[in-house]
Amino acid sequence: MKPAAFTYHRAHDVRESIELLTELGEDAKILAGGQSLAPMMNFRLARPSALVDITRVTGLDYLRHGADGLRIGALTTHRTVETASELAGFDVLPRSAHWVGHYPIRCRGTFGGSIAHADPTSEWCLLAVLLEANIVLAGPRGQRTVPATEFFHGFFATAAEPDELIVEIHFPEPARQAALTEFAQRQGDFAIVAAAVRLSSVDGQCTGGRVVLGGVDPRPLVVDISNALDGAAVTESTWDAVGELVAGQLDPPTDAHGSGAYRKQLAATLVARAFAEAAAR
Amino acid sequence: MTAIGQSLPRKEDPRLLRGAGRFGDDLQRPGQLHARIVRAPQAHGVLRSVDVSMAVAAPGVVRVLTAADLPDDPRIPVRLTVQGIELTEHLQPVLARETVRYVGEPVAVVLAEDPYLAEDAAELVALDIDQLPVAMDADAGTVAAEFELGFGDTDAAFAEAEHVVELDFDVGRHSAVPLEPRTLLVEPDRATGALEVFGMTKVPVFNRGVLASMLDIDEARIRVHAMDAGGGFGVRGEFYPEDFLVAWLALHTGRPVKWTEDRAEHLVAVNHSRQQQHRISAAFAADGRLLGLRADVAHDNGAYCRTHGIIVPELTLAMLPGPYRVPAYRGRIAVVLTNKTPCGTYRAPGRFEGTVVREQLLDMAADQLGVDPVQLRRRNLLEPAELPHTRPMSTLGTDVVLDAADYPGLLDAAVAEAKRLGYYAQVEQSRAAGKRVGLGVAMFLEKSGLGPQETADVSVGTSGAVRVHSGGTSLGQGIETVLGQITADGLGVSAADVTVINGDTALQPFGAGSWASRSTVVGGGAVHEAALAVRERAIEVAARILEVAVADLTLHDGVVEVRGAPGQRVSLAEVARACQPGSAWLYAGEPAGLAARRRFEVAHMTYPYGAHLAVVELDEQTGGVRVLRYLVAYEVGRAINPELVRGQLIGGVAQGVGGALSEEFGYDESGQPQAVTFMDYLMPTAAEIPEVDVLVTENAPSADNPLGAKGAGEGGLTAAGAALANAVRNALGEAGSVARLPMTPARVRAMLAGEAG
Repeated sequence: MKPAAFTYHRAHDVRESIELLTELGEDAKILAGGQSLAPMMNFRLARPSALVDITRVTGLDYLRHGADGLRIGALTTHRTVETASELAGFDVLPRSAHWVGHYPIRCRGTFGGSIAHADPTSEWCLLAVLLEANIVLAGPRGQRTVPATEFFHGFFATAAEPDELIVEIHFPEPARQAALTEFAQRQGDFAIVAAAVRLSSVDGQCTGGRVVLGGVDPRPLVVDISNALDGAAVTESTWDAVGELVAGQLDPPTDAHGSGAYRKQLAATLVARAFAEAAAR
Repeated sequence: MTAIGQSLPRKEDPRLLRGAGRFGDDLQRPGQLHARIVRAPQAHGVLRSVDVSMAVAAPGVVRVLTAADLPDDPRIPVRLTVQGIELTEHLQPVLARETVRYVGEPVAVVLAEDPYLAEDAAELVALDIDQLPVAMDADAGTVAAEFELGFGDTDAAFAEAEHVVELDFDVGRHSAVPLEPRTLLVEPDRATGALEVFGMTKVPVFNRGVLASMLDIDEARIRVHAMDAGGGFGVRGEFYPEDFLVAWLALHTGRPVKWTEDRAEHLVAVNHSRQQQHRISAAFAADGRLLGLRADVAHDNGAYCRTHGIIVPELTLAMLPGPYRVPAYRGRIAVVLTNKTPCGTYRAPGRFEGTVVREQLLDMAADQLGVDPVQLRRRNLLEPAELPHTRPMSTLGTDVVLDAADYPGLLDAAVAEAKRLGYYAQVEQSRAAGKRVGLGVAMFLEKSGLGPQETADVSVGTSGAVRVHSGGTSLGQGIETVLGQITADGLGVSAADVTVINGDTALQPFGAGSWASRSTVVGGGAVHEAALAVRERAIEVAARILEVAVADLTLHDGVVEVRGAPGQRVSLAEVARACQPGSAWLYAGEPAGLAARRRFEVAHMTYPYGAHLAVVELDEQTGGVRVLRYLVAYEVGRAINPELVRGQLIGGVAQGVGGALSEEFGYDESGQPQAVTFMDYLMPTAAEIPEVDVLVTENAPSADNPLGAKGAGEGGLTAAGAALANAVRNALGEAGSVARLPMTPARVRAMLAGEAG
């Protein structure tokens, strides 16, 4: 469990990061906290030729909440999000942060790093898709923005080019009634299944909703619930029905932590629980 | 005030808590090389060739070793042969020669200037393996041994039975995962050809003998220093292939060689344990009396027989009747070889497995007979008046003689304590609130104090400081503290003045090591006797100095004193100086020194016992199991250090919760291990372990050792699988039945749906 040889480069600002990425080529990787990358390197599952350490880049550690929504700097730690106050409309983010790994991981791991890593059970990836966030990338050709719904291509695969760096995640629209819940056998483990939902309702009647699942597909999976919620009562039986509707559309993989069939059962349960939690907001 | 019985702070803690512990990986030697083991990537195949040419040419590589470089076919011998069964043809070679039999089997060793270069070069060793069919479960494996233990007429018992209950149950493959993986450092002395070995914490003297014989050198040329260890639990310190390979390389390169196991290696390299399939049945009379017990067990031992041989299967059968009155018993076990990591002991070996099936069977019987499970147990537990109770079968080479005990008393005390702590009330309240909760009770019999002997040296230095050279090893259990307390009381000094040195084969060449919950009982017995001998000697020499009769002297608080004349005294330091060579107080020809070596022998083990009570809550949707309450009640004979007994029990519970609920070494159908990281091998964390309630009793001291002690190392784990399985069964009610451990959420979900989990 010693990593294969690599060169190490510390970048001091975004421009230098991009220059280094350009110079070092596509086998270089960004180190933005190292909570996933370092273990993968130690197992030699990842063998970057070079690491560009951006953890000392200044100006990428922020939460800006304003009229145009919430902007999260890429180097903002999970712990910073967890302890953020006054994120009205976006408080599903701090509420969900405790699901991210363990305390030491949350203190070092970063929001942008998690998005870039694109683990399909990652809480931030699910919420970025749920809330239709935009991923802001900086590269040698300037900045561009990719909707989260198009950003995740598969296990650890994204729309980011090798010479691009995530600088910000922009959540344009608040979602007051949103929740994420998940199930793993131990506190802090990767979810077997995770469910993120948002709901809109008026006077005890649902007017719409959205479901994104982790652990059932190589990407955060948006499940079509069409109009199932429109006009439905804000009650437990509605959530159960939507859970079953969602599970019926899934064909999840089997692995050592659970069969596909078990994951479908979990999805039904977790979607219902997440809606109940969202409705209580 | 005596030291024994006090919860003195641990002697080990100042060094361990300040980062001054002596762990293997902390050691560095000038010029040391680093070994990396190349391991088989396939579960079964013919090893056509091992091409090391690229690896040899890689940067920093000094040597690459394969089986072809070794003179013959060295295999690791069994440490304990039992039941007269020969296992020679199933022993593990130190490096695979013609066949690989499990993923992780050592095939070559790369020796390089640093561990990174060694790992780089190890990737360049090319293995040509022709795959063979794999045997992944006991049904498909090769039977290495088969035997029976038992007594009485089971056929007659089952024929006259009013009720027969039967259970098929699988115990999952899991094992000890110490926080610190193994480390070895072997330093050769080129002048003398001697080897200093750092590591091997468990049975260093035995391992020294094995190594000497495999290297064909005299054992006096090898000195093993057992190091501090981040947990042992049975797996650490046995003689593994690496223990030979690292020493061989040091001897043949003339340079210090270090090997530090990484976690991914650890999970495929150290002994696995526990995997058994049981079919067990019990015959009962109409009044609930147990008439007979039958067990048919398949034990999946993995690819080879290692140092433990077949003692886990043997212990499974020998301990299966537990603390109950069993008139007729027949246990049969097949030890099967499969293409998985070989197995050995893990804390409470054989007892964890046997207890989980027996105690569930009793709950099932209670259901069938319509009686309370605690009452059914009580009816069948051996009464104090029936002890000692000899079971006509042997284990670990000794007869099973159950010594002093009050099993019903302990069970009553455990249930009363659980009631007092609100366990039963909590279950009722939670059920009333619609929660699916259950309470499980399990009773168990442990064993401890395995002989045949332990040796200890106690000496007093000229400052009055007392030194103990014991044959135990410090695995984190606090044995230095315990032996220090025993020495203090035996000799008449403060425990603070005693230093205990463990596991150095030069200082204590006759030590038998720390395993089988033996060190307090047998090691403590040796230390106690050596301390008494030093006391006697000190009084004898003090009598010369003080010019009084021996009978008029006492020794306490490090001072020898004339009874009734407190002013007339001589300190232990002065007596030690009087024992120095050249001292006027020594007689002509009398050996110098204030010291004694004593050997303590025991004919039989002593059998501690206890009960576990668990309360669990099931999540009906996810199948998740939460352990809400947990009580261990344990009879320890005499608690030398009550807080350490408590610590042992709580730690055991944590491991038991893991084995019962989450830890499992799974394999896919091609023999690839599925749990090679902590993402997949799920040890419980602090979040999954409840507050553990502990009730330690000292009602049945052992008559076989001067302290009355029974071992405390394993009882926290022994009945954890049983209590949790019974609690889950209880929570399931009519919904389903438990068929295997671990009770993972997916399996519990299936049980809730009425399928056998």
